[in-house]
Amino acid sequence: MKGTRKTGLIFFPAFDWAISPTHPEREERLLYTQDQVFEEGLLDFDNITEFKPGLATIEDINRIHVCVPDAQSVITESHLISAGGAITAADVVMQGKVDNAFALVRPPGHHAMRIVHGARGFCNINIEAIMIEHIRKKYGHRRVAVVDTDCHHGDGTQDIYWHDPDTLYISIHQDGRTLYPGSGFIEEFGGPNALGYTINIPLPPHTSQEGFLYTLDNLILPILDDYKPDLIINSAGQDNHYTDPITNMNFTAQGYAILNEKLSPHIAVLEGGYSIESALPYVNAGIILAMAGIDYSSVMEPDYDPEAIRQSPQITRYIEQEVKEIYQLWKDRGTKKAEITEGAGYLRRRRGIYYDTDNIEEDQIETIRICEDCGGLLTIDSRASTGNRVFAVIIPGQSCPACRKKGEQFFESIDRGTYDHVYFQDRDRDIYQVK
Amino acid sequence: MILGIDVGGTHTDAVLLDGLIVRKKAKVPTNHEQLLDSLLAVTEEIFSDLGPDVLERVVLSTTMSTNAIVQGTVSPVGMIVAAGPGISPDFLRINDHTHIVSGYANHRGIIVSPVRDEEIDRVVSLIKDAGIDHLGIVGKFSTRNPGIETNIADRTADRFRHVSLGHRMSGNLNFPRRIATTYLNAAVWDIYNSFVNNINRFVSRFDGGYPIYILKADGGTFEIAQSVKCPVQTILSGPAASIMGILSLTECGEDAIALDIGGTTTDIAIFAGGVPLLEPLGVTIEGHKTLIRGLRTRSIGIGGDSRVRCEDGTIIIGPERAGPAAAFGGPAATPTDAMIVLNLAEIGDREKAVAAIDGISHKTGLSMVETAQAIYDSACEKITAAVQAMIREINNEPVYTVHELLEGKTIEPTALYVVGGPAEAMAPRLGELLRCRSEIPEHAEVANAIGAALARTTTELTILADTEQGVLTIVEEGIQIRIDSGFDREKAREVCREHLEKRAISMGARKDEIEIEITEDQSFNMVRGYFTAGKNIRIKGQVKPGLIAGLRKGTEA
Ligand SMILES: [Zn+2]
Ligand SMILES: [Zn+2]
Repeated sequence: MKGTRKTGLIFFPAFDWAISPTHPEREERLLYTQDQVFEEGLLDFDNITEFKPGLATIEDINRIHVCVPDAQSVITESHLISAGGAITAADVVMQGKVDNAFALVRPPGHHAMRIVHGARGFCNINIEAIMIEHIRKKYGHRRVAVVDTDCHHGDGTQDIYWHDPDTLYISIHQDGRTLYPGSGFIEEFGGPNALGYTINIPLPPHTSQEGFLYTLDNLILPILDDYKPDLIINSAGQDNHYTDPITNMNFTAQGYAILNEKLSPHIAVLEGGYSIESALPYVNAGIILAMAGIDYSSVMEPDYDPEAIRQSPQITRYIEQEVKEIYQLWKDRGTKKAEITEGAGYLRRRRGIYYDTDNIEEDQIETIRICEDCGGLLTIDSRASTGNRVFAVIIPGQSCPACRKKGEQFFESIDRGTYDHVYFQDRDRDIYQVK
Repeated sequence: MILGIDVGGTHTDAVLLDGLIVRKKAKVPTNHEQLLDSLLAVTEEIFSDLGPDVLERVVLSTTMSTNAIVQGTVSPVGMIVAAGPGISPDFLRINDHTHIVSGYANHRGIIVSPVRDEEIDRVVSLIKDAGIDHLGIVGKFSTRNPGIETNIADRTADRFRHVSLGHRMSGNLNFPRRIATTYLNAAVWDIYNSFVNNINRFVSRFDGGYPIYILKADGGTFEIAQSVKCPVQTILSGPAASIMGILSLTECGEDAIALDIGGTTTDIAIFAGGVPLLEPLGVTIEGHKTLIRGLRTRSIGIGGDSRVRCEDGTIIIGPERAGPAAAFGGPAATPTDAMIVLNLAEIGDREKAVAAIDGISHKTGLSMVETAQAIYDSACEKITAAVQAMIREINNEPVYTVHELLEGKTIEPTALYVVGGPAEAMAPRLGELLRCRSEIPEHAEVANAIGAALARTTTELTILADTEQGVLTIVEEGIQIRIDSGFDREKAREVCREHLEKRAISMGARKDEIEIEITEDQSFNMVRGYFTAGKNIRIKGQVKPGLIAGLRKGTEA
């Protein structure tokens, strides 16, 4: 049995790991997906190869996260495997063993932000970000586009790449006014040094296949054409499905497969998706076949009825209007920066961040150096309801000499004072220090 | 005493065993037209001075089904495939008589769409019109619920000489493999039956009364009457016979490598703690990936008679065989000739071996002896590389739990067993390269017949319990029974043990020698909304391949 592309599959259902016995993120989550993948004989296709996930290391996590007090205390072994699975997917693609790869792993990661005090939205560490920085460390710098098709706004990935013009983050999700985490509005458009490199596309509840594919064809693909990334990563959450119990969208297995085929990501990484019996088996089979260039037209949910989930004309009109507006915003991104910075040397924002899974509140003050030459030196002052207060000095990837020098001097001179820890992260030199 | 007979492609080998002691051995050429003649010839030799009344069992290993598949002399089969949604039906058509019909079950065994009788009737007419007498019926997820397959069978069985049902082939998931396995089972059914008739005629000449067993691909046996129901299990039992032979002739209780170095190929098998490893899903034959449980073997195109040539200064061995070694009058230099030149083997005509190797040394730019050494080294290194690749593959097999991934056992062989013509000449060097103690078992030339003789009856069984639906499925038996919501993993294991024992006995095992091993044991809470709706329990048990009770070198009284 043959297909047109070589596809790597990293399948790790973690049948012995759960957040709690009845939590959506539990042992059973990928059970029926495994059944379907096995029964369809997908692993017997000559062009689909399964790879065993490697284990991510603490260094892999520290390259992009600042975990409080340290990485060991915010993760379980399962997180190292799930991040390791994403890294394995990247490795087999980067080494040319396959044309593309799908890390069908759990637990997910796209709600994990740069600073980690605990778990948010079932996520502890951001497995895509860890993977992307692994790629850059091991294979050299790459311009990356992350297209997040999970139903929830990927606020973690957005946070991590907010200031990075070399990582375009596009999230398509159910409108934050109607769903966790309540963010991902059009106006969230990237930090001052990376304006336009975060694109949020909130869609109204009950959007169906038509609306998703319209957005893909008329917004996401044109932006990717303009941006010309070296790599396209798909955060392949599957909770836009019409049977998902915790969201309100009407996407389908066919739709996910078509989307994947058109997007043609180098690497797809599973995110959410909690209709474990009625959606995931079919969506995952569809995505695997689409990635491998194999006919997926017969993949369909048993109860699929296009009439029952057709989107209303109002939704169609709303989406058409929104797509136009966002594309214009993207086109105008270069002219906005001056307006926002008004010649300032540094800009500061203060935010409250809530860790719903672990019930932790964080108060964060983030300061970015306005820079024309790189993502900009970043410092974060973070205080959590756990009692921990930390400070982080972060030198971005592809940093300019000025930002690096300032960051190094700053970390050198800073006194621990009232902070529990002071962290220094330098991605280019792969340095992570703690005072 | 046990009579073991291996009906191979070239030779028919027989041994008479008293416990582990080889009382007699014999080898005759196989006469494929008159199989009975070969059997009679070989047993005549065995029983020249003994009566067959000493027998307690006869075990046969045969390549009949394998050869029929390889040579394409199988019967035409009509296939009715209830596919449901999923991969394109184009991938599911195994022959021109495959018909895709409606009706399917989902992953939980819930019948989502029923069979349509008029569709089945139409398809059956088409198959009958093509003059076909054998039918295979396969449904998606039929191992979760055999209902679709049995419904179709009820409507069609009396129109065909034989009907094979998918869920009877294996409890494992894999629809395309289930189709291939069911097809092959139906396709070899006639040929295998005529073989069994031959055997029955053959044994009726002796004073019967002892059971007759047939070797399966997994290195286990089943009684001949059972084998008729599932003849596909007998394919590729040839390599299994040799591997079981090696097991019985050595004290292997560790991770080990077994090599059978033949004329054209070298077969590799791996033991984990003295137990031969099985293919994860099933064996592959003639491009058909199947669900037939079989020993995990790899074959590489290097053997004693492989043709050796030199291209651009590089020595190339095999993969083809041009004839016997030059020392035996063959047309080309071979590794066997190199070993003769190096005085590692004292066989054939040394002069001819020297001449053949000398012919190559003109191209290698080495002396005649150096060339022989280079050929020998290269052959050993190639085999070593293939063994290492196979072990790597085994150790990199995906696992699906955190525990297995972190604690995963790996295979680290410490022993190497070699049989076949060049065994003596190559074993020490291969042992060095693979960092293993090397050993050549006694009676290696009839290891296959010994292996067949001593193999125990094996079988496996899959139990699925879904307490939300209140259904327990004994997959390979096609049985579904009602269970209550209190049913648990413990009870499922009990059901598995009980039915596995019954199944093993029906296959021909003796009750006192059945060793049951639970190989898969999982229970998932099915949560719908935020409430537990039931349990999804999955248990697999097996009687693993091994020797019949108590028989193993080193355990002799
Ligand atoms: Zn989600
Ligand atoms: Zn800079």
